[in-house]
Amino acid sequence: METLELTQEEQFQARIDADIRIEPKDWMPDAYRKTLIRQISQHAHSELVGMLPEGNWITRAPSLKRKSILLAKVQDEAGHGLYLYSAAETLGASRDQMLADLHSGKAKYSSIFNYPTLSWADMGCVGWLVDGAAILNQVPLCRTSYGPYARAMVRVCKEESFHQRQGFEIMQTLCEGAPTQKAMAQEALNRWWWPTLMMFGPADADSPNTAQSMNWRIKRFTNDELRQKFVDMMVPQAEFLGLTVPDEKVQWNDTKNGYDFGDVDWEEFWNVVKGNGLCNQERLGARVKAHEEGAWVREAAMAHAEKRKARG
Amino acid sequence: MNQSEWPLWEVFIRSKQGLDHKHVGSLHAADAEMAIQNARDVYTRRLEGVSIWVVESGHVHASNPDDAAAFYEPANDKIYRHPTFYQVPDSIKHM
Ligand SMILES: [Fe+2]
Ligand SMILES: [Fe+2]
Repeated sequence: METLELTQEEQFQARIDADIRIEPKDWMPDAYRKTLIRQISQHAHSELVGMLPEGNWITRAPSLKRKSILLAKVQDEAGHGLYLYSAAETLGASRDQMLADLHSGKAKYSSIFNYPTLSWADMGCVGWLVDGAAILNQVPLCRTSYGPYARAMVRVCKEESFHQRQGFEIMQTLCEGAPTQKAMAQEALNRWWWPTLMMFGPADADSPNTAQSMNWRIKRFTNDELRQKFVDMMVPQAEFLGLTVPDEKVQWNDTKNGYDFGDVDWEEFWNVVKGNGLCNQERLGARVKAHEEGAWVREAAMAHAEKRKARG
Repeated sequence: MNQSEWPLWEVFIRSKQGLDHKHVGSLHAADAEMAIQNARDVYTRRLEGVSIWVVESGHVHASNPDDAAAFYEPANDKIYRHPTFYQVPDSIKHM
């Protein structure tokens, strides 16, 4: 009888197929490691840069309650970044290198954060739509094949639903307020709707890596599947608020049991990815400035710790 | 790793009095005191803990997953270590 010798890579895939988690010291194909480092660090960068558009409104929140909530949300996003960086580090990536890649523009972060937050209603839209889209992306990742990533995502997901609810509450309050407040809410929705749809990434036909990532279970739904889910979730919520989604093609489709909707402007998407969005420079500039201005603090803390250690 | 990077610490949290400390993740800090303060902010924003341990990651030694089969094999055939190995007559209560 002939015994079937599985290669290391086949054994690895068999574990994934059996839903057995991969842990840091386990053997893994180089491409799996590399893809995960890219995916997790991009995600971490998005959490980090994602603090900036909302940080913009902390000092101008309309009440102390809203200010405390926004502060807590932004602090959560910092936490999400930290959980994710530490997950990426278990794969051998260094924190300094990841940050250097973000700051040099080599690494990407979610393009949504390259749009400006012009009014208080944008805080509503960011929480309701952007965090809503993030939740759809993130919940399936709680079951992703790489243990530290999955555990980080469980932590993240527990915290996200407060983010979305506080955003929805901002929208609801505006929509129940004066006509000018409601108009402000509608205007914010008009500006955030399409960029949010772009958050799920290019159409399936233009995502050549999706199949491999799904095989490795580091992605569990395709971009278009998630986009469809999002539209199906959000259109009724917008209706509840008395707002209109800025897409004339949105229409319930009985046969597919979901909404039809218009085409995303992919030219805009790629343009923002390439760095030409409204706020790319401002966001990256703010990150680099904070990093550089914090350098002496990091050095001083380290010098202090070493001195104390030497003293015993 | 580069020289300017603060050391990495593993964080363990006791979620409530009476339970074990459990590993929750890691973070960078210049010293143990800062690691505990950062762990408070990063891992216990919603009362997830009542006690925190931090250990510099370099001090954690781990078993090798490649040896797992041989390493844990000795426990494999000792089913008599489990209570279910023994047959207790039906009429015997409280055992
Ligand atoms: Fe987040
Ligand atoms: Fe969030």
